Amino acid sequence: MTIANGVKWADLLARVADRQDTEAFAALFDHFAPRVKAFLIKSGADAALAEECAQDVMVTVWKKAAQFDASRASVATWIFTIARNRRIDMLRRDRRPEPEELDWGPEAEPDQLDTLVLQQESERLITAIAELPEKQRIMIERAYFGDLTHSEIAEETGLPLGTIKSRIRLALERLRHSLS
Amino acid sequence: MITHHLNDQLLMAYSAGTLPEAFNLVVATHIAVCDECRARLESFDAIGGALIEESVGDALVQMGSDSLAQTLARIKTSTPEPRKRAAAPPPRERVLPEPLRSYIGGGVDNINWRPVGGGVKQAILPTSENATARMLFIPAGAAVPDHGHAGMELTLVLQGAFADGHDRFARGDIEIADEDLHHQPVAEPGLDCICLAATDAPLRFRGLLPRLAQPFLQI
Repeated sequence: MTIANGVKWADLLARVADRQDTEAFAALFDHFAPRVKAFLIKSGADAALAEECAQDVMVTVWKKAAQFDASRASVATWIFTIARNRRIDMLRRDRRPEPEELDWGPEAEPDQLDTLVLQQESERLITAIAELPEKQRIMIERAYFGDLTHSEIAEETGLPLGTIKSRIRLALERLRHSLS
Repeated sequence: MITHHLNDQLLMAYSAGTLPEAFNLVVATHIAVCDECRARLESFDAIGGALIEESVGDALVQMGSDSLAQTLARIKTSTPEPRKRAAAPPPRERVLPEPLRSYIGGGVDNINWRPVGGGVKQAILPTSENATARMLFIPAGAAVPDHGHAGMELTLVLQGAFADGHDRFARGDIEIADEDLHHQPVAEPGLDCICLAATDAPLRFRGLLPRLAQPFLQI
């Protein structure tokens, strides 16, 4: 198990935030832009639209780099939330209001230990998802990437709704177990 | 203390961004007052992050050859946003938190109530048509007409408390009702009960009058 990757991305993003480092940004772009594009294609965009929106997501990463908090999320998770919001706009889906933020109080540097633990857990989660039984992993992917509700997944796959719900439930139980 | 929370299905769908706006509003408003569900949402976002990390897979997706150059050119003309300033915490005792306040245009005093009978009042909030969000006012001790649901109904208590014969729901608690549940929420004596509710299908009332009134009242 390594936490090297998570910490590496967080460090590169910090360089973007602190001194608008385009070399660090290029490294983040090389890694994350194709992944965001793949996510948008799986959500139903054609290649040209996915390319354009993936660039938009990376521009947002640049602009909001200073708002990233490595003690609360991995870079991949933070980019996922930006890509998700871009997808909602792209597909003209329903508005998604967000709760008010909790991060008030005296401004502090993110706690180093919190950051390490968070990045370590993120790596374990990636491994745990890769190790899920295929049927469960596919259901989780569809729930996030397919832009489908459980009922729509049922229609598309022809599987009973109960089967889909139980596969997702089993997958979540495994993920919880592997993180506990 | 909050005892009725969001379920995994709602949190996952909110994280994935696939819920109707009215449900998003209820989920976000619950999270604003529930630290436990806020933490659980972060876990669901982390699943999304792990999936992004793994999303290249076999079908290798590549960016266009001059994609980075185009993006760098766009960045040159953009201004980075500053680190978020530490703001004063919103008062937690405020009955209506964000994002609900924005939908109402203020607090409880700004709600444009319409009577629906028996002292019960409601106000429909502006959301997409895929589901309906409304504020509900139930006078202390009063009942909402007995009803079932064709789809799913979420009810978040923001002031006071109600019991529906199965359970008790107080500030911050969320009731998740589906077609299997026929219930008659009754507000507890004391404070008037104020809730935010969302439905993805019209409610089915048992009595004749409420059913007739349904198309007119949009409940």
